[in-house]
Amino acid sequence: MSDTLSPEIRFGSNSGQPATRRDGLAKVTGVATFAADNTPEGLLHAVYAPAKIARGRVSHLDVAAAEAHPGVTHVITPQNRPELQGDPSGKPTMFSFRTEVLQDDTVRYAGQPIALVLGETLEAATEGARLLAPQYEVDPVRVALDDNTARGFDPGGFGLPGGASHGDVEAGHAVAARSIDVSYETAAQYHNAMETHAIVAQWDGDRLMLDMPSQALKVSCAGFAYFFGIPPENVTLRSPYIGGGFGSKAIPTGPQVLAILAARMTQRPVKLMFTRQQMFGPAGHRGATRQRLRLGVDENAALTVIDHEGLAETSTFDDFVEPAANASHDLYAAGALRASHRLVRLDVGTPGPMRAPGEASGSAALECAMDEMAEAAGMDPLEFRLHNYAETQPGTGRPYSSKALRECYAEGAARFGWEGRPLEPRQMRDADGLMTGWGMGTALFPCPMFAAEARATLRPDGTALFETSAVDMGQGAWTVLAQIAADSLGLTLDQVEFRAGHSALPDGGVAGGSAHTATAGGALHAAGGDVLRQLGELATADPQSPLYGAGNSSLVARHGWLLLEEDESRRERFADILARAGKTEMIGTGHGGRAPEAAGRHAMNSHGAVFAEVKVDPDLRQVRVTRLVGAFAAGRIINPRLTESQLMGGMIWGTSFALHEAARHDRRSGRIVNADFAGYHVPVNADVSGLEVITVHEDDPYVNALGIKGVGEIGIVGTVGAIGNAIWHATGKRVRHFPIRIADLLAP
Amino acid sequence: MKQFDYVQPKTMDEALASWEPGASWLGGGTNLVDLMKLGVAQPQRVIDLTRISDLGEITFQQNGSVRIGAMVSNADLARHAGFAQHFPMVAEALLSGASGQLRNMATVAGNLMQRTRCAYFQEETAACNRRTPGAGCDARDSDEEARALLGASPACVATNPSDFCVPLAALEAQVEVRGVNGTRQIPIAEFHLLPGDHPERETALEQGELIVALHLSAEAARFARHARYLKVRDRTSFAFATTAAAAALQMEDGIIVEGRLALGAVAARPWRVAEAEALLVGQAPDAALFARVAEAAMAGAEAPVHLEWKIDLARRTAARALAMAAAGTPARLPALPASPFGQQNGDLAHV
Repeated sequence: MSDTLSPEIRFGSNSGQPATRRDGLAKVTGVATFAADNTPEGLLHAVYAPAKIARGRVSHLDVAAAEAHPGVTHVITPQNRPELQGDPSGKPTMFSFRTEVLQDDTVRYAGQPIALVLGETLEAATEGARLLAPQYEVDPVRVALDDNTARGFDPGGFGLPGGASHGDVEAGHAVAARSIDVSYETAAQYHNAMETHAIVAQWDGDRLMLDMPSQALKVSCAGFAYFFGIPPENVTLRSPYIGGGFGSKAIPTGPQVLAILAARMTQRPVKLMFTRQQMFGPAGHRGATRQRLRLGVDENAALTVIDHEGLAETSTFDDFVEPAANASHDLYAAGALRASHRLVRLDVGTPGPMRAPGEASGSAALECAMDEMAEAAGMDPLEFRLHNYAETQPGTGRPYSSKALRECYAEGAARFGWEGRPLEPRQMRDADGLMTGWGMGTALFPCPMFAAEARATLRPDGTALFETSAVDMGQGAWTVLAQIAADSLGLTLDQVEFRAGHSALPDGGVAGGSAHTATAGGALHAAGGDVLRQLGELATADPQSPLYGAGNSSLVARHGWLLLEEDESRRERFADILARAGKTEMIGTGHGGRAPEAAGRHAMNSHGAVFAEVKVDPDLRQVRVTRLVGAFAAGRIINPRLTESQLMGGMIWGTSFALHEAARHDRRSGRIVNADFAGYHVPVNADVSGLEVITVHEDDPYVNALGIKGVGEIGIVGTVGAIGNAIWHATGKRVRHFPIRIADLLAP
Repeated sequence: MKQFDYVQPKTMDEALASWEPGASWLGGGTNLVDLMKLGVAQPQRVIDLTRISDLGEITFQQNGSVRIGAMVSNADLARHAGFAQHFPMVAEALLSGASGQLRNMATVAGNLMQRTRCAYFQEETAACNRRTPGAGCDARDSDEEARALLGASPACVATNPSDFCVPLAALEAQVEVRGVNGTRQIPIAEFHLLPGDHPERETALEQGELIVALHLSAEAARFARHARYLKVRDRTSFAFATTAAAAALQMEDGIIVEGRLALGAVAARPWRVAEAEALLVGQAPDAALFARVAEAAMAGAEAPVHLEWKIDLARRTAARALAMAAAGTPARLPALPASPFGQQNGDLAHV
């Protein structure tokens, strides 16, 4: 039998291929077990009662009625809640919020847990929670941005963003030949992953087993360990499949802590799953913002200043300020720039990171303001952006690690057919008489990296096992990370077993900041490389190996063989190298992350350009986005199919931001009145037509070893502004808040 | 949710016999079950009508009228070729409602019994006279957008959210109901009650009465060539109407012989104004005429300042629906039924 290698196999041949999801079949056939699919023996169901007012205190709970309901086993209130070992106001990890866990009877926001009911069935616990019929002492609520005093804060840490400043901002204003001073508002939005937050908690002595969707397994374990006074390694967290996270599943919530507490108290497994309505409560949200943008240009339409002030809501008891103004940091070459933030405390739950935190809401305002500035300067919006293109990072002059934004503009504009767009609004009608408008926006998302570890185990048959506690929220990590892992050893995808989503594995880091593929992927790649290094050292030092005497650096791996690069007839199978050395396996470890010195040398961002066409009924003012073209440069694309899916999902979210999503509060109680999918709208299929994604080639030798920038969030960025600008172009109406609705466009 | 008895009668007689005060009839459950989960509906007994065999028929009579069984699903009725041909705007309204999954479950009688979507009705802890007589109305001074512009009372500002009922009102459907005392027919115009001092009385059904069928007359089919439903909303599909209108015309030699116009989402029942319809008679279709008719149809409308735009939008919706009807019923239902963007998606749209 011939040992000839298949010629089409190249090193790195998995990366770049549109592999379908490895977990797809399990998901569509229902075999995949999500957290709440676990039903251990003896399970109790937990349901929490949410406050229906936003500010005051709970004056009465009808505990007796709840306890009397058949099937209810326990009612936990602030009066009888067992003690927690960690202070719920403490911040044990990098991603921690002060947690509402029944520490007192104060109500700080509507939807806050005020009691936990346990029952033998979900129905019993649910009815028990309803029977509590809470009564309140109600204080006046503050739920709108003007309801409380805006104030500054000292930046620092998670949730309190610093700003940026360079150049002489006042001079930038003073020298401007033309300027605009506009204010934009964005609505509060709530993460609504298809899978709501859930947990199944089981204690075994002082060891805790959790099934829970988590974007940050090790961080979550550390947080729970803190609350319950046990070592983090005593917490096992399984999170193999997650039905969407969007930032809300990085941080453990109060009800999940309470479920663990209930399991310890009852010594039985406890399951808790949020209802859809409960998703508008203790699981974070994107805080509403008001952003003032003052832009100026000189006689030549060069930006003299970008002055971006963000005001964002946060809760009365913790800080998460939507870092909207930071969207202006790195994008345009302005003579002077200032990005600053203030907060206003409202009777709402603490906001949190929600897909593209800051970038989404900041870009919505910035990109519309850029269009207003372009209009004032009498320029085409794209031409104006190109005219103010930043060749180096504004303020620092640092080079970009790579920046194919110019190519994004060019390819996106060509595909969309931007050329010939009338400068003035209200110029285009389609064959049906619908007002038609075109708008565009630039997208930028930074390329942070967290830290991750991975382990590779080469097996005697030449296949390999890769392990890291990485997270697949639905974005495709099971597939993409396995592609990277396979490439690191020159194996095909089916020669690699990939394990993730379990806290006992090497720390896979956090699935956030669009950094997971780069970070966990980097760790996997390094782990595979570590195995190759060891294999090479064995082979090249072994006189019986065809590779004897070759330098380790001249070896390549392909299809289970180690080969000499310049003479591929000198090669040896992984399995044979292992066997002759008497080894049953070989283990390599790898780390993913970015060295601080590398971070300092370059500015690192993904970029994109989004072009939108909208149609507006001239009488009824109903809006429809009929075309969206997004061109993105995001470094090395590991899997084009899943990348396209991520970017499309982001752009649809952008449509959602621009036209649909908004939590509406009752002004008296502070309750969110549209807290379900009948009232809180996201786009449906009929809202999405003509959606197109282009990925622009980009080699980035600096961002990380694999050249990966991340595609998880950038799709939203730019899209919101593009749609807002297209609506202006169609109607001549500049609506300075999102979402934009019929009512806004009807106004004279 | 609260515990309840659940019974599955096999015949109408069994069903009527199993009724008791505090019981609810269950059709597709697409509204009732949600309200039970919210604690807004708390029936002691749920009487499931799905096992009664003779409620699911669509029957055309010799004279061209049609009888639609109470348990016919919205999807089956909308997709019934003969029905859609004779009553196209009813089919269009049905297909503009909810989603495919819900239309498969929802029944025509259930649609007539659909409760308001007012956020304050749907929240157990909010004051609502409709849910708890005498409790007050938290919606009245709120920002609620699903608010009646016409026919509201100090006690209640709720709207009827149905699409289906709007063309039924325009076509003067009859509701066949049965109780222990026998069968009777209720004109659709008298079926839904305006709130007045008793918003808790939502329909003309007596205690224990059950909808058996709907009837559309042969006369109603005479509008088939000029009949449209138009539904305006911020989301293209799967959303209740912001405003809606069903417009139907009989035309002879370019002149309107008879016109019908019913507005949706503006009152606790579909809104028809005879004076407005009368303006159409003997006229040629014309934008100015339709604007006058729309104005007359919305006569007396009131809204708080933040919703004044809705009166304007309702007028525009009515005028456009009339213009669409005048232009003629399309040979086949648009890809996006009842949408201002109706023709845009080609043959297939996911609504």
